[in-house]
Amino acid sequence: MKDLIEIRWHGRGGQGAKTASLLLADAAFNTGKYIQGFPEYGPERMGAPIVAYNRISNNPITIHSNIYEPDYVVVVDDTLLDCVDVTAGLKESGAIIINSTKTSDEIMKKLKNYNGSVYKIDARGISIEALGKYFPNTPMLAAIVKVSGVMSDEDFLNDMVGSFKHKFAKKPEVIDGNMKALEMALKQIEKVK
Amino acid sequence: MSIRERLSGNEAAATAMKQINPDVVAAFPITPSTEIPQYFSTFVSNGQVDTEFVAVESEHSAMSACIGAEAAGSRAMTATSANGLSLMWEMIYIASSLRLPIVMSLVNRAVSGPLNIHNDHSDAMGVRDAGWVMLFSENNQEAYDNLVMAHRIAEHKDVLLPLMVCQDGFITSHSIENIELIEDEKVKEFVGKYKPEHYLLNDKEPIAIGPLDLQAYLFEHKKQQADAMRNAKKVILDVAKDFEKMTGRKYSFFEEYKMEDAEAVIVCMNSTAGTAKAKVDELRANGVKAGLIKVRVFRPFPAEEIAEALKNAKAIAVLDKADSLNACGGALFEDVVSAMYTSNIHVPTVNYVYGIGGRDTTTDDIGTVYEDLQEVIKTGNIGNPYRYLGVREGK
Repeated sequence: MKDLIEIRWHGRGGQGAKTASLLLADAAFNTGKYIQGFPEYGPERMGAPIVAYNRISNNPITIHSNIYEPDYVVVVDDTLLDCVDVTAGLKESGAIIINSTKTSDEIMKKLKNYNGSVYKIDARGISIEALGKYFPNTPMLAAIVKVSGVMSDEDFLNDMVGSFKHKFAKKPEVIDGNMKALEMALKQIEKVK
Repeated sequence: MSIRERLSGNEAAATAMKQINPDVVAAFPITPSTEIPQYFSTFVSNGQVDTEFVAVESEHSAMSACIGAEAAGSRAMTATSANGLSLMWEMIYIASSLRLPIVMSLVNRAVSGPLNIHNDHSDAMGVRDAGWVMLFSENNQEAYDNLVMAHRIAEHKDVLLPLMVCQDGFITSHSIENIELIEDEKVKEFVGKYKPEHYLLNDKEPIAIGPLDLQAYLFEHKKQQADAMRNAKKVILDVAKDFEKMTGRKYSFFEEYKMEDAEAVIVCMNSTAGTAKAKVDELRANGVKAGLIKVRVFRPFPAEEIAEALKNAKAIAVLDKADSLNACGGALFEDVVSAMYTSNIHVPTVNYVYGIGGRDTTTDDIGTVYEDLQEVIKTGNIGNPYRYLGVREGK
């Protein structure tokens, strides 16, 4: 892992992009990293485009600004590709991960001239199969861990069991489903380019 | 051993309050400080603190309840932001003039209008002359540490002034970051029991608090308040020394970052100082003699010490996150230049108003300030001292 990894999340209000950024911060924190996880606050409404950020480093992080040149971008909802410039400032050495069932050609057309790596994942399909409901943030969390390499799959899964046990202390029946969603996402993420 | 955690700035403030376990907390919710009383009320209902939580109907009442509680002889805390502080205005002055060491978390936000919920320092600057000790915090760690030190400063017999701990709304209040917490027992021991000398519920000493105070005495009482603020300087340093013994974390009036041989120097407060540190590191790696002074103690203002720290600089930029709208520079700028002038130190100094209403401030923005300072050093020409950073209409 390079010294400082910067990640930008694009989602829609209610899809859990902010929660996913906080869970990623948690997981990285638990493996000994310095972390930041913060949303860009605006008029918050269900369905409106939202942005959240992560910084992850082996050293203390002092910068307190939004991220304009991220190493990675995660798009939790592919309808955002039509209305938000999701690759703005994204480093070509980095990657973008999109929750989508579109073909690779369709995705590349929407990304215009981005020359870095592109990944897609069917977070809806995974979530429905594993959880019976549409919570795209869990598979997307696994996808960014896999692509960015901020920690090993094994460390990540071990840590998330603990997090879910804590988070879902009052509804333990959803822990297995969430773990299954993470495992499926780690396997099913697909490189488009 | 300290406890490695990750908390938002608001969580950090609420955690400090939990460990302090004050007698009374009275608060009214307002963005972005809402979470502090929200988390704290959870601690109350879970029985993790012994505090009487007063859910008031306005901030004016929140401060009034704190005044009543503190005058009665108990330890009181609150939290607010921006327009909440505006609504407290009348009682803010009464708290300090009655010499009640109330402690407040102020999560800085732009004061309306037009309506804006994001960060700047206009709320804090509005009460800079109200007689409160004012500590500023770069991140969640400092917001926490400053609160742990707060009561020892405010309640000291040579001080007896209310104290506010400021941090940047959203930027640090809602950002999850690493933090080192202190064990509950150690905080309890450090803060100590509150033993007021005079208080209303002492039946052995019937007193009146806040009676009419006309021409014959008010002036002397105001002078005592001013003296208390001067006394606070020594107490702040003494408490910081004890805090360093406990945690290893060193605090003073301000932090000097790479100032030994610094020529181009920025002076600022709160989270922007962290962003500036990253820029200073980058400039230093390229041989530029950049430095930073992060003001922690804004009231009392450490005038002689700041002037001394700045005397070898070749050009200085003071960054104000509030526009005083006075045609002559922001509050921090005025304090810094007047501190230097009265110490007979004359370094070219310019002011930048920046970050108003949550306008993001990046390392690149800070970089342009250092470039401007190098230009001032090269030409010896200040040009317009009253500048803006990041506004969409000229500098």
